[in-house]
Amino acid sequence: MTLAGGEAVVRVENLHKSFGALEVLRGIDIEVDQGEVVVIFGRSGSGKSTLLRCINFLEEPTEGTIEVSGLRIEGGHRIRSKRDLIHQLRARCGMVFQQFNLFPHMTALGNVMEGPVTVKGIEQERAKAVAMEVLAKVGLSDKADEYPIRLSGGQQQRVAIARALAMEPDVMMFDEPTSALDPELIGEVLAVMKALAVEMHMTMMVVTHEMGFAREVANRMAFFHEGRILEEGTPDQVFNETRFPETQRFLKAVL
Amino acid sequence: MTTNDARTGATRSSPAPSPSRRDRLALASAGVSFRVKVTLVWVAIFAVLGFLFWSASFDNIWIREHIGFIARGLTWTLIMAAAGIVLAIVLALIGALGRLSRNPVAYGLSGFYTSFFRGTPLIVQLFLFYLAMPQTAQNLLDKFPNFLPTSFDSFFTWSSFQVGIVVLGLNYGAYMTEIFRAGIQSVSHGQAEAADALGMTYRQKMRRVVLPQAFRVIIPPTGNEFIAMMKDTALISILGQGIEKMELFRRAQLLGNADVRPTEALVTAAALYWALTAVFTFFQARLERRVGKGYVRTVALGPKARERGKMIVTGTGGGGAHGAASGYAVDAPEEVLDVGGHAHGAALPSAPEDPS
Repeated sequence: MTLAGGEAVVRVENLHKSFGALEVLRGIDIEVDQGEVVVIFGRSGSGKSTLLRCINFLEEPTEGTIEVSGLRIEGGHRIRSKRDLIHQLRARCGMVFQQFNLFPHMTALGNVMEGPVTVKGIEQERAKAVAMEVLAKVGLSDKADEYPIRLSGGQQQRVAIARALAMEPDVMMFDEPTSALDPELIGEVLAVMKALAVEMHMTMMVVTHEMGFAREVANRMAFFHEGRILEEGTPDQVFNETRFPETQRFLKAVL
Repeated sequence: MTTNDARTGATRSSPAPSPSRRDRLALASAGVSFRVKVTLVWVAIFAVLGFLFWSASFDNIWIREHIGFIARGLTWTLIMAAAGIVLAIVLALIGALGRLSRNPVAYGLSGFYTSFFRGTPLIVQLFLFYLAMPQTAQNLLDKFPNFLPTSFDSFFTWSSFQVGIVVLGLNYGAYMTEIFRAGIQSVSHGQAEAADALGMTYRQKMRRVVLPQAFRVIIPPTGNEFIAMMKDTALISILGQGIEKMELFRRAQLLGNADVRPTEALVTAAALYWALTAVFTFFQARLERRVGKGYVRTVALGPKARERGKMIVTGTGGGGAHGAASGYAVDAPEEVLDVGGHAHGAALPSAPEDPS
């Protein structure tokens, strides 16, 4: 489903990815429109995370094409001329990891400023203003000067979201953002993500098992099965008019 | 005797546990701190050494008169070691990046470098650079006089002092390449990925994210290498040195031989090296504790930052293990505070305790 008048921010065509003999992605085609929230779900090992990691070239696609807001890169061998394009593309994709991966030697503020200052070359003062603004959005203005190790998991993940947001990306990708969190900390992270979608109309791709979040926030859901998108539709379609028994079985297991 | 008495005492006494003399000794001993006991051991050792020193009837007057001259060699020893370690650090960094590179040229060159300089004795390398290199340059100049500048051979003819710095740097750099490589690899892969995901270039990723974290692991063993290098500067004496830049051991040798007091000169040199090493080992131990403690950036830790470092660690202990994600909880175990600052056990070889 594409929203009327929407313009694809992310376009993935015929994406294949193999790790040695193991073929993890077997031909993925997906488009994500401006302001759309796509939830990607499926069993572990079905290739969900690999899709996100291929989109920003943390994994080199074996075959296929990735396009992010007009910047088009072919998968295959990594060649020198492609490197700069990849850096540009990455700067347009915000990525939030399951394990947060905050820089432990920098404060929360330092983490958030790092991208704008180092990658975009924005001067300190302005970067700091932007960073404080973004930290406020994730509700952590008062933790700006804390080092990550003093923050709870939920706070760390919110700083990680702020770090990605500070780059003003065209799309935010979340790779199981709540899987490493204690149950009582999941809510605060999901609330921030929901606010991003609802208030900022951020284009988002979210790999998650949080079906409540999907039902509430997603415009579209894609069920991954053995390296392919087996089923795709609105949350209503996926939950209430499930077409494939594999999807049904999975939903039964997680709901 | 004591043991005997204690044993008989124990057999004779009733089963009711009245403390034997041995037990009382153990109890009393338990009251004395480990530190005090170790100090006593050191005092005993020094007493024995002092006795030997006295009974060997060294020419103390000679030592007193000449220790100043020998000690002035410490300046050159230190200059050589300092310059050598700077060179070694630069080479180790480049070498480690090469060993971790997928570029065949970088990998091949760094592989050759570490293999050769770790595969040949330091003293052989000294002679190669001091004797063989000028000779080789001379031969090349003879063979290709049209292609090489006339100063080609003199460019490769170095003083023993220069050879000392360069060869110590090359040799230690090769060993330290491994230290640096391990340090860089100790930074979790997620860190590099987070930097990549922001769009950082390789250079930015290394400079801003990976290396600052790697240096936490690298700095303490680098201190050890420096201490080791200070002593290896003595090897340079074998190349002979001009009077103006004679390091400690060369001075001791020349002076001792000239005055027929070789033993006195050697003992003096040994004592001076030892004192120097003890001083640096003390600082090394402090540095190590500091770097391992919290985890604020390793450079320029003020008292305030140190305090914060402590708080951070406490925070981990109480607050649950979410730091695991950042790859750091592993480095900052809860015991850190209990042990009183000996933050890292496994990862880094800790320096020997300061004798005094």
